[in-house]
Amino acid sequence: MSTPMAANVAAVARSSPAAAAFKDAALSALVALGLFGAMLGVLTEATPAGVVLVPRPLLLAYSVAAVFAGRLAWLLFRSRTPTTKAYAGNRTVAEALQRSGRFVAPALLAFAVALPFMAGRYGIDLGILVLTYIMLGWGLNIVVGLAGLLDLGYVAFYAVGAYSYALLAQTFGLGFWTCLPLAGILAALWGVLLGFPVLRLRGDYLAIVTLAFGEIIRVVLLNTVSITGGPNGISGIPRPTLFGLKFSADGGPGTFSGFFGLEFSPTHRVAFLYYVILGLALLTNWVTLRLRRVALGRAWEALREDEVACRSLGINVTVTKLTAFAMGAGFGGLAGAFFATRAAFISPESFTFFESAIVLAIVVLGGLGSQLGVALAALVMIGGLELFRDLQDYRLLIFGSAMVLTMILRPRGLVSGRTPSVALGKRQEISAELVAEGRG
Amino acid sequence: MAYALQQLINGVTLGMIYGLIAVGYTMVYGIIGMINFAHGDVFMVGAFLSLITLTALSGFGISSVPLALLLTLVIAAGIASLYGWTIERIAYRPLRGSFRLAPLISAIGMSIVLQAYAQITQGARVKVIAPQIPGGWQIMNMDGFAVQMTWMQMVIVAVTLIVLGIFTYLVSATPLGRSMRACEQDRKMAGLLGIDTDRTISLTFVIGAALAAVAGLLFLLYYGVIDFFIGFIAGVKAFTAAVLGGIGSLPGAVLGGLAIGLIETFWSAYFSVQYKDVAAFSVLIIVLIFMPTGLLGRADVEKV
Repeated sequence: MSTPMAANVAAVARSSPAAAAFKDAALSALVALGLFGAMLGVLTEATPAGVVLVPRPLLLAYSVAAVFAGRLAWLLFRSRTPTTKAYAGNRTVAEALQRSGRFVAPALLAFAVALPFMAGRYGIDLGILVLTYIMLGWGLNIVVGLAGLLDLGYVAFYAVGAYSYALLAQTFGLGFWTCLPLAGILAALWGVLLGFPVLRLRGDYLAIVTLAFGEIIRVVLLNTVSITGGPNGISGIPRPTLFGLKFSADGGPGTFSGFFGLEFSPTHRVAFLYYVILGLALLTNWVTLRLRRVALGRAWEALREDEVACRSLGINVTVTKLTAFAMGAGFGGLAGAFFATRAAFISPESFTFFESAIVLAIVVLGGLGSQLGVALAALVMIGGLELFRDLQDYRLLIFGSAMVLTMILRPRGLVSGRTPSVALGKRQEISAELVAEGRG
Repeated sequence: MAYALQQLINGVTLGMIYGLIAVGYTMVYGIIGMINFAHGDVFMVGAFLSLITLTALSGFGISSVPLALLLTLVIAAGIASLYGWTIERIAYRPLRGSFRLAPLISAIGMSIVLQAYAQITQGARVKVIAPQIPGGWQIMNMDGFAVQMTWMQMVIVAVTLIVLGIFTYLVSATPLGRSMRACEQDRKMAGLLGIDTDRTISLTFVIGAALAAVAGLLFLLYYGVIDFFIGFIAGVKAFTAAVLGGIGSLPGAVLGGLAIGLIETFWSAYFSVQYKDVAAFSVLIIVLIFMPTGLLGRADVEKV
């Protein structure tokens, strides 16, 4: 909120806080009446004879009353507590989170490794889902967080990886572990393919082209029915094996349970899948952390901060951008291959723009460039989406509102500090306000 | 020949609707440099508001179609403006001056909220409306193929041209338009010179939302079918149009809209309906390779 406005509100609030708050809340209720009047007040019922209107005055009245009460309560609450204190509190929380970062990461890792021994089937499944998004987030983080290239079509590479594995496995009968690197390489090639035309584009032009690319891939998958099965997708995708040991119930020597002399349990396969995605995610994290220390990684971050300065220092911008796209896309492809083998069924439905938006939101909410932040954001967002599963349609309403609210409260993401990858002497944490976020 | 002419008419009609939405994108981008992802969903809400108003008006016994449409236009645009204002106030204003991706994520969140809101309040099923303006004008009949421009298409083109005319006047010849252009060039300087930049930005959203609602009404009348998801597809197309024309350029948005509409229609007519989106997006990518700032966009000077 702008300062004169805030000062104005404060001045009015000093003279008579209750009356001013009441007036403000009444105004908000009026706006809410205008907004909700048609959409909430009337239901359009589709009948064979055409659209019929069903009035819902009670619902409208309740909603407007709720807005009035909510606004009044918020204003009165705010007039009691001085604003400075709230900000200070916010900062302490942020600082505490940053200081404890050193302990949070190993603790999270230990928890992740131990999870299959503690949780049931549902818990492990949820863990797999969260880890898939963590991996996607870390992959996209290379493109957006490190190289500063805004990519709105990341799901395209996820799709390329998934379909690569499914088609290779079904056409040539190759196993998961052979196809996994192939899927990664194919997706990386697509990343380079997308990277070439967009080399000259900046910022938001890049955003729309990547978005368009994602949509093109989806439409092509939807319509090449003879290869991809179109909207029906591909089913019966083979499951991964542990050094050739299958996870099936027949209990022979070629199966996991038979080989180790265990009683067959479907949880074995789920736990195995869990460790596969945990390994893949950690690989992504490890590669990213290592790359940040070599010339290439530092070139990415330099590119994010200033492309012109980068070029004048002799950094090859073409190679830098293409490698960023290829790396990000490659990890997206690995995650895609994993998704295909886990679900055993894929269709273009799974690769909509909504997925790209979620992954981008994870990266930004996590604090661009922060590995721990991305992991926490994925945990919160995907876990939250699962938690509210029973609320059905309201789930997305809450999800969207949470995205807006988080950005307003913490525009720089959950973990907003930056530690330089390479430093002379002491490595000092700097504020995220001091780094750019990719105008590239 | 006749077939091509028919496609031209269809393409221009569709392009006009895209152009109306694209203007809202390009205006917001020009003034605060953000992609307003929720704009497509404001268009969708506008279409729903039009449906509700139109049905309610016929329920009140207003049988004159032109009067009903005019009233719907005004009411839907009015309420949608309120939506535009509220969205800016809630989701974007607190992020003014924050880093670039924050408003983008906020806008994506807002878009999800609006879609869920429409789905919850009005249901997920498609709404069908009877054609309001039947009939048309047969331009010519060649080899048994009748080229026809329906009254509906004429209304769409006429309404779009009138609305865009008013809008152009607003931007080029009123004090509000002057402040908008000033804010677009340099917001800080405009603020120093006494322009209320917050108010100007609010009004930009209000105008953009009103234009989107007009597009929503025209879409409803033209296709007769709407659901809560139309905003995403139309929004992406319109944004593509805005970028194709050169984002930030108002004539560029209309030009881009027409281009996307024509490409889609001709591609569907001569090649395949399934790949019309691919065609539109491919043209966008090709144009951007050779003209990285779009058809009418300015290249911005870059400083280190």
